[in-house]
Amino acid sequence: MHNEKQPLFHLTRRDVMPPSKVWMIRAMSFLAAILIGALLFAILGKNPVEAYSTIITGSLAKPSAIRQTVKIAVPLLGTSLALAPCFGMRYWNIGAEGQITAGALAATYFALHFGKTWPHPVILIVMAVAAMLFGGIWAAIPAFFKAKYNTNETLFTLMMNYIIIGIVKWLQGGPWEGKPGSQIIPMFNDNAMLPKVFGVHCGWVIILLLTVFMYFYMTRMKHGFEIAVIGDSVNTARYAGMNVGRIIIRTVFLSGAICGLVGYLVTCGANGTLYDSVAAGVGFTAITVAWLAQLNPFAMIAISFMLAVLSKGAGTLQTRMEVPASVSDILTGVILFAMLASEFFIQYKIIFRGQKNQEPLMNEPSVLAEKAEKTALTEAEAHKTDADGKEARS
Amino acid sequence: MGSPHAIEFKNISKRFGRKVANNNISFSMERGEILSLLGENGSGKTTLMNMLAGIYYPDEGEIFINGEPVQIRSPKDAYAYNIGMVHQHFKLVDVFTAAENISLGESGKLDRDAIAKRINEIKAKYGFIIDPNKKIYEMSVSEKQTVEIVKVLYRGADVLILDEPTAVLTPQEIEHLFTVLRAMKADGKSIIIITHKLNEVMEISDEVAVLNHGEFTGKVRTCDTNPQKLTEMMVGHKVELSIRRPEPVNPQPRLTVENLTVRNHEGVNKVHHVSFTAYGGEILGIAGIAGSGQKELLEAIAGLQQISIIEGSIMYTPEGKKPSELVGKSPMQIRQSGVALAFVPEDRLGMGLVGSMGMRGNMMLRTWQHGHSLFVNRREPNELAEHIKKELDVSTPDIMYPVRRLSGGNVQKVLVGREIASAPSVLMSAYAVRGLDINTSYTIYNLMTQQKERGVAVIYVGEDLDVLLELCDRILVLCDGHVSGIVDARTADKNEIGILMTSIGGVGAGKEGSTNA
Repeated sequence: MHNEKQPLFHLTRRDVMPPSKVWMIRAMSFLAAILIGALLFAILGKNPVEAYSTIITGSLAKPSAIRQTVKIAVPLLGTSLALAPCFGMRYWNIGAEGQITAGALAATYFALHFGKTWPHPVILIVMAVAAMLFGGIWAAIPAFFKAKYNTNETLFTLMMNYIIIGIVKWLQGGPWEGKPGSQIIPMFNDNAMLPKVFGVHCGWVIILLLTVFMYFYMTRMKHGFEIAVIGDSVNTARYAGMNVGRIIIRTVFLSGAICGLVGYLVTCGANGTLYDSVAAGVGFTAITVAWLAQLNPFAMIAISFMLAVLSKGAGTLQTRMEVPASVSDILTGVILFAMLASEFFIQYKIIFRGQKNQEPLMNEPSVLAEKAEKTALTEAEAHKTDADGKEARS
Repeated sequence: MGSPHAIEFKNISKRFGRKVANNNISFSMERGEILSLLGENGSGKTTLMNMLAGIYYPDEGEIFINGEPVQIRSPKDAYAYNIGMVHQHFKLVDVFTAAENISLGESGKLDRDAIAKRINEIKAKYGFIIDPNKKIYEMSVSEKQTVEIVKVLYRGADVLILDEPTAVLTPQEIEHLFTVLRAMKADGKSIIIITHKLNEVMEISDEVAVLNHGEFTGKVRTCDTNPQKLTEMMVGHKVELSIRRPEPVNPQPRLTVENLTVRNHEGVNKVHHVSFTAYGGEILGIAGIAGSGQKELLEAIAGLQQISIIEGSIMYTPEGKKPSELVGKSPMQIRQSGVALAFVPEDRLGMGLVGSMGMRGNMMLRTWQHGHSLFVNRREPNELAEHIKKELDVSTPDIMYPVRRLSGGNVQKVLVGREIASAPSVLMSAYAVRGLDINTSYTIYNLMTQQKERGVAVIYVGEDLDVLLELCDRILVLCDGHVSGIVDARTADKNEIGILMTSIGGVGAGKEGSTNA
């Protein structure tokens, strides 16, 4: 009743890989994603090499193009940095979109009402502080309920997005409307706009400084240590005497404040006004960036820049080669997918029929990882047993 | 040789990464016998059995059943060859009844009468005590285990694998399990018991197969061996199997728990009016079936239970100072008010340590808030980690290597080492040797005794009654959150404690015990 063949393949868990090999695998999967993208262009009837070179030249060949690309990268990097402490704590803040909007809203209030009258540095600083406070408070509301009543932050933060975007829509058509019936908030006075450094608003300098800060915050400071412990185990944090609720609220406030700052940079650096889609999906794309970077702030620079190149380049692609700009979203998706898949190959190894499991043996008879092995497999095995039990009966 | 072996392993090897879990293992067993598979944690016992049960697939080697070579690629295949395994962690649906769980996975119509009839047959044949209509969540651990065994028999298993079946049972329950196993053996079933308890091996099994670090070290008839010899086969060298127990010197009350009640989140009492005193310079053992309130009791003392669910009083008396109340204080407040309380919790990686951090990060758990700087002090934890690594011989590549990747014994050394380094005056530990090899277990016992000699009040929650009786000075027995007795460990015996573990009726003895020293 059973054919006596060995299974076609089975999986074994790998030992810890050296980092060089890990990065090798990641680079390979990035390459694989690019190849899949090439296939996509081929299906669309375009020359993949030409398409990729258009993306690169379109985003990086001219100073004006580079400035555009940087402009796209700045909010993305800023928001990824904001998400890092939340995700480090395993607090799934997917409300960055709303927190950016909240910051932009607070900044706009001051820009509209005092933009002309207050001195340039004062108005900019007041706008920044207001944006950070409001973004922080907007983020801290779900965090408070999480800490107090253990509500689900994923749903809560997501819902908060719709509320703030709704408020901005109302402001656009109501109290803050410029020309009656236009549904548009008027442009800010130049006095309320950020100065430029090398042709791009100075936000990029702020965000780069923030990157360095976030690195030290996460790895060297007491706050960062608390975040790491909570992310690993809330019970351990309590055991170590940490006030988990307070730390969650504080950290999420910081995260929201940085998102608010991003909203401020976007309004008074780039857009010059407020509208409902001011965050433009950055709050969600940043989740991808933060995740791909494994919460390393410096890796976030590279990844957000890469996504900005894709996004800007795809725009050029659309005008020059008549490829829909949404191709950049598809490419981003494929890259993310490949990166996630690479994690599997970093953890496991596939052994095909007839092939030997031939990793070099360790000298010491180390049976260390078995325990971890067991726990990791208990789950899988539980499912397997049940599922197979069902089949066995049929 | 007449009939073929029931099961034969031939040159079986299994590797995980670069780690060899099983190396070239060959042995066999017969029908109608009970085989103990003996070995320390991490010696590859469970891995080997998982290959027989179809959960893993061997990298090399062959398995023969009744003389035929077989390929067991999944648990489904294993059932087809009449092999069933009862895992250490039960795999039952809590809201289903015993009968529903037993028949789970059967296709076709759910014929409750037929199922009940077959279950009753199995019950009568082997002497199981089980109510098929009882829901799993209402059952004790031993009842759940019975359901698992009946499930395997119901599916027609001739070969039963039991992974550490006695770890969670009281002495009386173990006796009953053994009776059932003998009845199954008489019926011609082959039974493999994975264990590391030597006295049980001697009592129940016909043969013993021993693994050491993934290698097969031999198979002997039980009647031809003794615990000392088996230990040597298991560990690979001579081991002294006795625990030093000096008399307590000048015991002073250090921790006085009075009328302590702890509720869980559903408002159910997990600890009922518990009173006892722990003295400096003695080891107070706490015995009880798993889940009898041990965890809640220790966590309440450590300040880890919410204040709203605790009633009663926990007084801490430092040497030569006035007592202070611990109930109502957070762990941080307890520490800041100068209470030197060390706690080795049951859940090492989930509560005592941060698995993703190295030894250094884990040392910081005790010191991270020191100083006014915004930055963490990394020098002192560094030194402490290096010190513990050397002192307790922790086997880790370096102090930054994630502790999650260390073996259970080394994880525990890191945890106990850190707690002892804080120079406590009360040291609480829960299941401190669970999953540890013999050498590390004795290291831990020794550390506990050293702390006792330093005048520390040691509270030791344990599950192995033999060890509790050898290590502790007094043993407090919990049953369902009540103190059912406090006995002198030098005079008590295992049966006495076993009875207290299952009788809330021992409350009278508990009150008496709490008032005398």
